[in-house]
Amino acid sequence: MAKGTIVAGCLAPHPPHLVYAENPPQNEPVAEGGWEQLRWGYERLRASMADLDYDAIVVLSPHWQTYVGTHFLGLPHFEGLSVDPIFPNLFRYHYDMKVDVDLAKAIHDEAEAAGMPVKMMENPDFRVDYGTITTGHLFNPEWDKPLVVISSNRSTAYYSVEVMQEMMMELGRVTRRAIEASGKRVVVLASNSLSHRHFTTESDMPEDMSKEHITSHAMHLWDMRMIEYMRSGQAQRILDEMPEFTEQAIAESDGGGLSWLLSTLDVPSYPAILHGYGTIIGTGNAVVEWPCYAHEGASA
Amino acid sequence: MSDGEVVASFVVPVHPHTVLAPDQNPGWQRLRNAYDQAAKTIQDVDADLIIVYSTTWPSIIGHQIQADPNPEWVMVDHDFHDLGSIHYSLNIDADFAHAWNEANHQRGLQSRCVNYKGFPIDVGSVVALTLLNPDQRIPAVIVSSNMYANRSETTVLAKACLDVVKAQGRRAVAVTAMSLSNRMFTDFIEPEADAIHSLKDDEWNQKILEFLEEGRLEDVGQLSRTIHQQIRVQKVVAFKPMWWLSAMNGNRNDLTGSVLAYEPIHGAGGAVVALDPTPSGAGDKEYDEDDVEHYQGDRGVLDQATDNDETTDASIPAPEAASTSGKGLDPALWDPTNAEGSVNTDAAPKPVGAYPHARRVGDMLYLSGVGPRQPGTNAIPGGPIHDAEGTPLDYDVKAQTHAVVANIQRIVEEAGARMDQIVDVTTFLIDMKRDFSGYNEVWAETLGRYGPTRTTLAIDALPTPIAVEMKVIVHLGE
Repeated sequence: MAKGTIVAGCLAPHPPHLVYAENPPQNEPVAEGGWEQLRWGYERLRASMADLDYDAIVVLSPHWQTYVGTHFLGLPHFEGLSVDPIFPNLFRYHYDMKVDVDLAKAIHDEAEAAGMPVKMMENPDFRVDYGTITTGHLFNPEWDKPLVVISSNRSTAYYSVEVMQEMMMELGRVTRRAIEASGKRVVVLASNSLSHRHFTTESDMPEDMSKEHITSHAMHLWDMRMIEYMRSGQAQRILDEMPEFTEQAIAESDGGGLSWLLSTLDVPSYPAILHGYGTIIGTGNAVVEWPCYAHEGASA
Repeated sequence: MSDGEVVASFVVPVHPHTVLAPDQNPGWQRLRNAYDQAAKTIQDVDADLIIVYSTTWPSIIGHQIQADPNPEWVMVDHDFHDLGSIHYSLNIDADFAHAWNEANHQRGLQSRCVNYKGFPIDVGSVVALTLLNPDQRIPAVIVSSNMYANRSETTVLAKACLDVVKAQGRRAVAVTAMSLSNRMFTDFIEPEADAIHSLKDDEWNQKILEFLEEGRLEDVGQLSRTIHQQIRVQKVVAFKPMWWLSAMNGNRNDLTGSVLAYEPIHGAGGAVVALDPTPSGAGDKEYDEDDVEHYQGDRGVLDQATDNDETTDASIPAPEAASTSGKGLDPALWDPTNAEGSVNTDAAPKPVGAYPHARRVGDMLYLSGVGPRQPGTNAIPGGPIHDAEGTPLDYDVKAQTHAVVANIQRIVEEAGARMDQIVDVTTFLIDMKRDFSGYNEVWAETLGRYGPTRTTLAIDALPTPIAVEMKVIVHLGE
């Protein structure tokens, strides 16, 4: 069997506003548009992925929050209605997704062998979190690729960003090893925003872009700093500054996704492609691609 | 209709073990038995409403209130999915939910009702209502825990809820779905190995329960921030529910408390505590924070102003300052005059001249012009119309109008009158073209329901940086 490959890694945030604004048939609410800069960013990401041949998508979403270990969806098919408990006015999405259970189990087993507490989620009534659904839709609206869905262990909340990052670096390493051993071609996605301070009010029309901006200049500076590191191939500096970034920008990297992604990509030293940046209800969001396919040997 | 009241309160645990696996651990079974005992108490006190504040339903846009009359779905816990599924079909009092939402707005809070098929009711609410209301005979209402809310917002949330409980004459049960210490084991354990995560967590839990058993609910509320720092996983699931539960019980320290059970659930502190409003005479009241009546928008997460459309402007000075825009542009505040027949109240903003809030003549009550400024702080819900430099600001006329109506209500009630006795209103707007629609909308929801005559005028300016003021006449006769 050929060695498995990570063909690309992406920062692929999940604010439900982006799906709402797009008016896909799966989502019940109807919008007049909005957040185009980010939605066009996702368009560019999808175009970049269009000619790539890959077998599965591995995603870590901060909205499947587990306090006891790291969990993996463990059944081949999930469908149902996903209603965002925070923005139910925007996101009521009928999903139908496939899971690559073999790859999920392979990562699970590799993590278990490394001493991490892990569990397969095999309850058929389980409702897949809206972060996974949103990122899944925006990255691959055809839903024609199976996913591996990894929960977000809340180790930042329990311990510290440093402990979280240590765990996520290990999870990233075992993810890479499992992918290599699987012989599959895989895309890995971290489903999180950057700065994550929300406005606490909402316009009567949520897509009123005259109201949309970053919550503070400090958040903007942090987001740009992180994006510049991405664009200039300095992933290690992102990891080095993760504690300060996560705490000062109240960043959604607290869920571990970004640290896990960079570890899975073997801490890339080549530039990432920024496809788009924008704010959503005040939070900072970037759509970013690490084109592993163009840097063979630089990652798995 | 008699005044409504909170007839009982409960603290209950959130994890699904008490529903799905009580037989796997004697402690979980004891919690389940305590839950059953609480359910019987609720039946015995003839409650007609169960109000749940759930820590496992976080929100961002203010607080959310469930308003689907019959939410049905299957709940699977994100962590404990292997225990099984809980099918729920809840009986929600949608009318109460909408009334609470309106009462929140009247008190300056951001909130909204949610009514969507398939809305994921959180695990804490599902567990609580499954066990406390097993036949779903008693209508319930559920409110979220706002992740940015501070003490004042959470307190006012309870007071708005009480407004509706009293107005509707309800016999309400207040429930907080929460853990005490919420630090779980981060690895998987066998059920028989369950224990409180650490000795420190257990000691804090014991102290909290000691207070609650003595009926010292407000003392626990006062300790909330310390408790949160000591034994809680940070971020969303803060120890806010004690602020809410204390305010639901009048911020008292002399309730009659009873700890029905205290056990670990995967390391977290789970307790079923009953709080009877009957005074025990045990606790002294030591209430050393402001007893907030109206939300001033002081979440202060970042301690800096933003120019979004939040309900208040963080640049508004502290209560000691007498201005709404700083820099001496505003008139000084006066104590209200007190000639014969005057009606004055600390619950209304201070006058900006020598006059009373209202004056009674025969069976008529005449109010001085009432604006949206908040008593105590002088803050303006919806923001001032200009900043300290006089630069125009974006403001929310609907929030200002709501605040005007709330101030009118306080003055009218201070006079022993009712809102439905208002017979004539003159409204002054500083920007008719911009603001009439929003003002008119709030009017229809509030004063318009009582049917007074109305005149609306556009004027050049008002003494403080507000957009709307009303002059009100009340007929005190039947």
